[in-house]
Amino acid sequence: MTEPIPPILALAGVSKSFGAVQALRNVSFELYAGEAHGLAGENGAGKSTLVKILAGVHRPDAGRLLVDGEPVDFTGPADAQHAGVAVIYQEPTLFPDLSVAENIFMSRQPRGRLRRIDRRAMHAQTTELCARLGVALDPQRPARGLSIADQQLVEIAKALSRDARVLIMDEPTAALSGAEVARLFSVARTLREHGRAILFISHRLEEIFELCGRVTTLRDGQWIATEPTDGLTPDDLVRRMVGRDLDTLYPKQDTAAGDAALKVSRLTREGVFTDVSFEVRRGEIVALAGLVGAGRSEVARAVFGVDRWDAGAVEVGGRRIPPGSPTAAMAAGLAFVPEDRRQQGLVMDMSIERNIALTGLASLRRGPVMSRAAERARARDWAIRLQLKYSRLTDTVNVLSGGNQQKVVLAKWLATDPSVLVVDEPTRGIDVATKAEVHRLLSDLAARGVAVLMISSDLAEVLGMADRVLVMHEGRLVAEIPRDRVTEETLMAAATGRGTGRSAA
Amino acid sequence: MTKDSAAAARRSPLGGRLARWEVLIAVLLVVSWMVAAGTVDGFGNGSNISFLLLDTTEIALMALAMTLLVVTAEIDLSVASTLGLTCAVLGTLWNAGLAIEAIMPLCLLVGALCGALNGLLVTRLGLPSLAVTIGTLALYRGLAYVLLGDQAVADFPPAYTGLATSSAGPIPYPIILVAVLAALVAVTLHATPLGRSIYAIGSNEEAAYFAGIRVKRIKFWLFVASGVFASVAGLAYTFRFASARGDNGFGLELVVVAAVLLGGVSIFGGRGALPGVLAAVLLLGVVRNALILADVPNEVLNFVTGLLLVTSVLAPNLLAALQRRRQPSYPLHPEPERSSAP
Repeated sequence: MTEPIPPILALAGVSKSFGAVQALRNVSFELYAGEAHGLAGENGAGKSTLVKILAGVHRPDAGRLLVDGEPVDFTGPADAQHAGVAVIYQEPTLFPDLSVAENIFMSRQPRGRLRRIDRRAMHAQTTELCARLGVALDPQRPARGLSIADQQLVEIAKALSRDARVLIMDEPTAALSGAEVARLFSVARTLREHGRAILFISHRLEEIFELCGRVTTLRDGQWIATEPTDGLTPDDLVRRMVGRDLDTLYPKQDTAAGDAALKVSRLTREGVFTDVSFEVRRGEIVALAGLVGAGRSEVARAVFGVDRWDAGAVEVGGRRIPPGSPTAAMAAGLAFVPEDRRQQGLVMDMSIERNIALTGLASLRRGPVMSRAAERARARDWAIRLQLKYSRLTDTVNVLSGGNQQKVVLAKWLATDPSVLVVDEPTRGIDVATKAEVHRLLSDLAARGVAVLMISSDLAEVLGMADRVLVMHEGRLVAEIPRDRVTEETLMAAATGRGTGRSAA
Repeated sequence: MTKDSAAAARRSPLGGRLARWEVLIAVLLVVSWMVAAGTVDGFGNGSNISFLLLDTTEIALMALAMTLLVVTAEIDLSVASTLGLTCAVLGTLWNAGLAIEAIMPLCLLVGALCGALNGLLVTRLGLPSLAVTIGTLALYRGLAYVLLGDQAVADFPPAYTGLATSSAGPIPYPIILVAVLAALVAVTLHATPLGRSIYAIGSNEEAAYFAGIRVKRIKFWLFVASGVFASVAGLAYTFRFASARGDNGFGLELVVVAAVLLGGVSIFGGRGALPGVLAAVLLLGVVRNALILADVPNEVLNFVTGLLLVTSVLAPNLLAALQRRRQPSYPLHPEPERSSAP
């Protein structure tokens, strides 16, 4: 690992915080030409912040960014592009009505006479780029309708046409099929052999082992290790990522489950999920697991009524609720902490107390007008119970850290005194301490007889918290695994539709 | 209680900016009033003040409901046409010999139906209200011309036309109606569950929907309210000028939108307060009145309205941009915070 030439791209002692959350703390990291480098870490470990700093989206609070060993200051994404850094996102954003070639050469089209765009040259260069990548894409077809895998290839071709030397792939495989992943990897290997550097981020550890020569692990915003993947096992890597005993972090207490609080029967939404039946009993935490796109969130949204369903029934406490009405679901005792707290959970430029009031406006009246005292009492009460860190209840929620914002969402829903709580990714992107608090809270709620349905992509969270795990695959419920038999292997096997067995690491 | 959130509270971006904007409009109102009183002959005398107030009646009425709609990030450009249609219906039915007491409820029903059509198109079909109400702007006005042609109906009972033009002391009766409705709308917007829901919808419709707020139902009824307020304005207009014509109130929607935006309501929804809008209605009234007294031609009046409209949309954005330039967009922490014990 001792190259005489300096790394193409490096971070030296970089720190970055957002409000009260320290996203990165003194992280150093080097990326060399001709290597594929994995980046591992749990959700919220700081991976996406690191990517955004390399891409020029965020500027570090402290520390230096080095290109070819020289300190640089990216004031925006354009600077990063100019330095040869390109980012391929999970879901690329192409211009759907422009052709593949036009997307690749956007604003840098080859010009002919009278500075008109030379289409023939543009198409020829696109064909040549595709040949270099070893893929076949028609330069003239519109981007609309391309698969996500093909869209990523267009982005890669675009990066190559700009002569990018560093390609950052931020969870590119999350939405790809097996064959598409194989094709992406062969493209990545070609790039690596041509001396480009690749930074590869994935939640699927086996992919990191397959593609990358070295891997860097982050945990809670800190650098943990950078090491060759040879001689490392997936278990070693998980230990670096988690770095602690799972049981202490996930304190689900054993509770005796009561009668069914939520009963979902043969629920179907055309083209999204099919024939989903399950029940959640009082005092139980049931996890809904599966890969991204398996239909977990969609089931939760339909149960709460923000989406309609086409067939089936939902009963809360023995009473059927009508489809497509969050108001009716709330009245029946359902509460829903959605996946995207900034967009769905909170009104970001409203105050803490008004956000918490939003789920119970009718109960906070005196006569026809709002009682500010009742509104404040409700907010203060829940702020104390959930140990919310704030300076004033009249502050807008966008000044709070992610974890505290999530507490406001929880407060807003717990204040409705629900009998069934549906939580979608309850700890995504929040710091470890708050994460533990949220887990303790969910466990306490279950102990007090609330039925909890939890959707999570965090395997450790599912394994630690759930009494039962329901696994979805391609819109169907494919497995139900009780707590004592659920392991990472059984879960992933069901989630990837293999039923039994597992892939070689 | 971290340092960051305390600092942010002191900045108080939302409350601070709104308060400042409303103060600015109030100051502008006082200044333009004083300039007009000092430079324009006849501006300051009692009967002109009464006339000035009276002349804001229709704009104020339409601006009340428009404020609620714009706070939810919708808009109703058909208000002046609804006003015109109301006048046309009033004139037609009066010509047909109906009693005025029977006609007036029917006129309000016409306004409600106009608003309901807008509301249905926006909430059920998911069309943007800007496009829908540009369409119904032409539709309702066209219907008004179909009903009355270029005819003017003028022989309304003096009891009503008199009421619309006389005053209790210096305060014209229609303005008393405006004041009562303004108080009602202000309480609704600023102190009731409905008002909270309206702000939540305008700030983040999806989050409001996820919180169980009946977004579509509320929007629908706000469009209906806008139609009803426009038809009340139509009645006021007809009686005030003792003339029902199809082109009554032509082009007033621009003045209404100008007043609402100038009053500090964000065109993107979620922000604004009624007192600012009322101050802006008065400000526009003062400027218009003073320019008319100073014999400024009508074309220039339109130019000034347009200028204020553009200014009111641009100014808050410019202010925000200035604020951003003064503070760095990313909070800078030269020293990393100490980690909290796990």
